[in-house]
Amino acid sequence: MTIKGKAYIAGIYEHPTRHAPDKSTAQLHAEVAKGAIEDAGISKDDIDGYFCAGDAPGGAWPMVDYLGLNTKKLRHIDSTETGGCSYIIHLGHAAEAIAAGKCSIALVTLAGKPRTGAMPPRGSGAEVDFETAYGATTHNAYGMCAMRHMHDYGTTSEQLAWIKVAASHHAQYNPHAMLKDVVTVEDVLNSPMISDPLHRMDCCVVSDGGGALIVTTPEIAKSLKKPLVRLIGHGEAMKGPRGGKDLDLTYSAGVWSGPRAFEEAGITPKDIKYASIYDSFTITVLMQLEDLGFCKKGEGGKFVADGNLISGVGKLPFNTDGGGLCSNHPVNRGGMTKILEAVRQLRGEAHPKVQVKNCDLAIAHGTGGLLGVRHAASTAILERV
Amino acid sequence: MSEVKKYPAPVTNPETSAFWDAAKEGKFMIKRCTACGEAHYFPRSICPFCYSDKTVWEEASGEGTIYTYSLMRKSPTGPYAIGYVTLKEGPSVQTNFVDCDLEKLKIGQKVKVVFKPTDGAPLPFFTIA
Repeated sequence: MTIKGKAYIAGIYEHPTRHAPDKSTAQLHAEVAKGAIEDAGISKDDIDGYFCAGDAPGGAWPMVDYLGLNTKKLRHIDSTETGGCSYIIHLGHAAEAIAAGKCSIALVTLAGKPRTGAMPPRGSGAEVDFETAYGATTHNAYGMCAMRHMHDYGTTSEQLAWIKVAASHHAQYNPHAMLKDVVTVEDVLNSPMISDPLHRMDCCVVSDGGGALIVTTPEIAKSLKKPLVRLIGHGEAMKGPRGGKDLDLTYSAGVWSGPRAFEEAGITPKDIKYASIYDSFTITVLMQLEDLGFCKKGEGGKFVADGNLISGVGKLPFNTDGGGLCSNHPVNRGGMTKILEAVRQLRGEAHPKVQVKNCDLAIAHGTGGLLGVRHAASTAILERV
Repeated sequence: MSEVKKYPAPVTNPETSAFWDAAKEGKFMIKRCTACGEAHYFPRSICPFCYSDKTVWEEASGEGTIYTYSLMRKSPTGPYAIGYVTLKEGPSVQTNFVDCDLEKLKIGQKVKVVFKPTDGAPLPFFTIA
């Protein structure tokens, strides 16, 4: 049993807003749902699967009701919550449900407003008394990974800076990007230290916004008007300190989700023309590229340097919308926008200045949670048909 | 690190109360599985490695080395250094480094446990040995 080729992404929408004090969070979900439904050219009443994560106000049942989904038809619901990569996991789960005949048109939504107001605190598990007081935040949890990666492999701040530089080269062409200025390695190194060894420009933006997907069967996708993009491989995984044994913060759960997805797709990292890689921080990108097999463990610094991630310049164009580092990071969750830009690339709808030629295979990969503590990862491999 | 920083009191539960009772006496406890011999942290009743329920409390030396750290410079309560310490007994534990020059922390440095008061049981931290 495989999901290879069983599900197509027929509709996508990214909210253009980056700051939405005048809207409700549920409203943003509805706006992205409407956008994806219109992009696909379907009716909302045809939707029979709904997927959302922790950003959906109240969870699945208030959202289904608020969105006015057709409850006589809706027969598959999934609210898997794995932080920023939830939506990549949803894509895989939607394909599984479609392959099993449990639904035929699935809607996935993400939206929220962390730029307008503080987000509710992260939920805690059994570790609460043994960790909460130590103040793990995204910044320092990823900082701890970067510090150890530098120690073990000689990775440098200059190398990390190249990731931001590449993102900024792409963001200059995105009219909606929060940060459109092209920056240099020196700019990144001269930005204030936030949590050692990560500078301000090693960190992604905080933005309001959202995005949505319509996932459907091959038959329905072919009856619609959009270029055909299908999921051919998917993986998901989790990693944590697990009792503190053999702690190694230099790799992520992508070492497991990536190979699962590539094996299912029957391709290798060398075949990928475009990569959407979750960029909560520069170190996130570097570690994930290694974990996915784009280079050997420890050689990510060399791999990302000298513009290798810049479209039209380097070997692996990444995050051509500017990514989380420059464009947006809706609800502090970057998984959805990773899928959206990968689909745009495969459709040939990316900005002409960053569009990858003959883009027929793309990867969308992300993590959720805290890389330096416990996290999830998910990998999707997409193909233009 | 601000000395006046107020830390949250552990809520505690039946599975971990022995840890916090020992902390009140200045003892830093870990759990060890008598079936597979592995130590772990934070403490669980079922061994996370072999799933035996034969886990026992053990007083740790409180000594270890810095596995990694990050000095958080932008915080409303002042800079603080989070990190992991690999204990002499094996497990790595998440902590903050206190009572030392946070600018001079280094991976591999030797550290030792130190307890800080809360409104409940004291919390374990680490400082340069």
